[in-house]
Amino acid sequence: MAMVYENTKSLLDVPTHYCPGCTHGTIHKLVGEVMDELGILDKTIGVAPVGCSVLAYNYFACDMFQAAHGRAPAVGTGIKRTNPDKVVFTYQGDGDLAAIGTAEIVHAAARGENITSIFVNNCIYGMTGGQMAPTTLPGQITETSPYGRNVKTEGHPIRVSEMISTLDGACYVERVSVDTVPNILKAKKAIKKAFQNQLDGKGFSMIEVLSICPTNWGLTPSESMQWLKDKMIPYYPLGIKKDSTGEVK
Amino acid sequence: MGQKVLMKGNEAIGEAAIRANCKAFFGYPITPQTEVAAYMAKKMPKIGGTFIQAESEVSAINMVYGAAGTGVRCMTSSSSPGISLKAEGISYIAGAELPCVIVNIVRGGPGLGSIQPAQSDYFQATKGGAHGDFNMPVFAPASIQEMVDLIQEAFDVADMYTTPCMVMGDGMIGQMMEPVEFKERVARELPEKTWASNGLGDRKEHNVINSLYLQPEDLEQHNIHLQEKYAVIKKNEVKYELFNCESECDLILVAYGTTSRICKNTIKMAEAEGIKLGLVRPITLWPFPVEAFEKTVDMTKNGYVSVEMSCGQMVEDVRLAVNGRKPVDFYGRSGGMVPDPTDILNAVKAIVGGVK
Repeated sequence: MAMVYENTKSLLDVPTHYCPGCTHGTIHKLVGEVMDELGILDKTIGVAPVGCSVLAYNYFACDMFQAAHGRAPAVGTGIKRTNPDKVVFTYQGDGDLAAIGTAEIVHAAARGENITSIFVNNCIYGMTGGQMAPTTLPGQITETSPYGRNVKTEGHPIRVSEMISTLDGACYVERVSVDTVPNILKAKKAIKKAFQNQLDGKGFSMIEVLSICPTNWGLTPSESMQWLKDKMIPYYPLGIKKDSTGEVK
Repeated sequence: MGQKVLMKGNEAIGEAAIRANCKAFFGYPITPQTEVAAYMAKKMPKIGGTFIQAESEVSAINMVYGAAGTGVRCMTSSSSPGISLKAEGISYIAGAELPCVIVNIVRGGPGLGSIQPAQSDYFQATKGGAHGDFNMPVFAPASIQEMVDLIQEAFDVADMYTTPCMVMGDGMIGQMMEPVEFKERVARELPEKTWASNGLGDRKEHNVINSLYLQPEDLEQHNIHLQEKYAVIKKNEVKYELFNCESECDLILVAYGTTSRICKNTIKMAEAEGIKLGLVRPITLWPFPVEAFEKTVDMTKNGYVSVEMSCGQMVEDVRLAVNGRKPVDFYGRSGGMVPDPTDILNAVKAIVGGVK
């Protein structure tokens, strides 16, 4: 019988700790499949963040690091510069990348570090129990914005992909979503391109993945998918924000 | 015998590191250590190494975490306020057990302090300096030659025990020029870096660089393991100098780095006035050379005086080592003020009661 489906080799066959309905599992799967398809498992080094995906080092089969909160792009820089023949990716949430780690992500992009960053945006701090993130939408209720995020006092959400796309060192920036099957397939294509760019030595790529957090949003998984569609996508429009990979240098 | 060359302290640090096979330097400008970074920026590209001026000290130490975790010899350097910023990363490096060298060319503090020489980061360096139960070996050279020797030693000790090591100078050591010789060293036999997270290759199991242990039982075991390692370091890696302690002393000075050199002048001046002084010079600040006090505690009539460019930090370790058997006094200047030998002599006379 022909094999129609097999386990992703780049993911370890272990249960994850993620909440029911969480899309981290989907995104892990996409990154794992991309590693398998590009045949880079033996030379990839991943960097896990602090936050819900802190334990990603237990799930990816490649060599892994666990980095301090927000510092994954700096750790990735240290790895890649001293091991230029290896493939390096960071996997970070929105608290990690867009709040405490803004300096690290901006400067890794500005230096054009030849690494790949997977940025999972779910508009909230999940691991600590649902606090306001830099990406929390105006009016969104969280533990630390109990009356809804008021932009006059809590400031405005950061559109990270648009910000990073202004940097010359970033070669490829795309925002994708995992709310529907077509979007999941588009997300995989984007992630694959981001890894391929690194293999081709093109510089810094970041894929922002809109993700859900049913637990801390207080919604069912299907309601969460609808919320992503209705609230997040209008504020964080999907699509390629920058692609200079085709440019003749 | 190698050739002696005249070098500025900070540049000698860079050259010593390169000769110790350091392949990556991650830095950030801060006075009075910036010449280390400048030297590395010039030299690293020529030897196929890596130099990055990071966006902050925070990033620089995390780049060290990344490079060290792949098994590459690497380092960073900074000065006091910058070391505070690196504290988070140093704790992670200690927790994840990665070898690296961190140079601190200490300046006056607290806060932005001054840019003049000081020793006021003693507590920070020797008591962990960041969250969690950890220590790191701290080397305190008193000359540029010793700085060169200890930088190379620090890389070996780091690899031997998979630990961050600090080499702590002060603005004086970093900025002055002295002749140095880069000696051929007998390399230590070092363990293979089988833990390095540098790509699976043919390995079956992935390597993970990590300091997270969610189960309390596991974290306690990890801490017990770290403490056992520190006990071995305490046993094997203590360094100190005893100077003028062969016969009974009126008082023994305790000083490291720049102050120990000044103390040697004080000892000469005191001798002319009929006061016999000795010197205990810790070369490793952690582990602290308790043994030096065991050897000298019966040799001093009036105990010890800790001479520091800080407000009484090392004196606490001296008191612990002496453990009440003799008096322990303190003399210090701070804020970037360097004591002169006469200042110290006057402090000595106040303790021993003038000319004998």
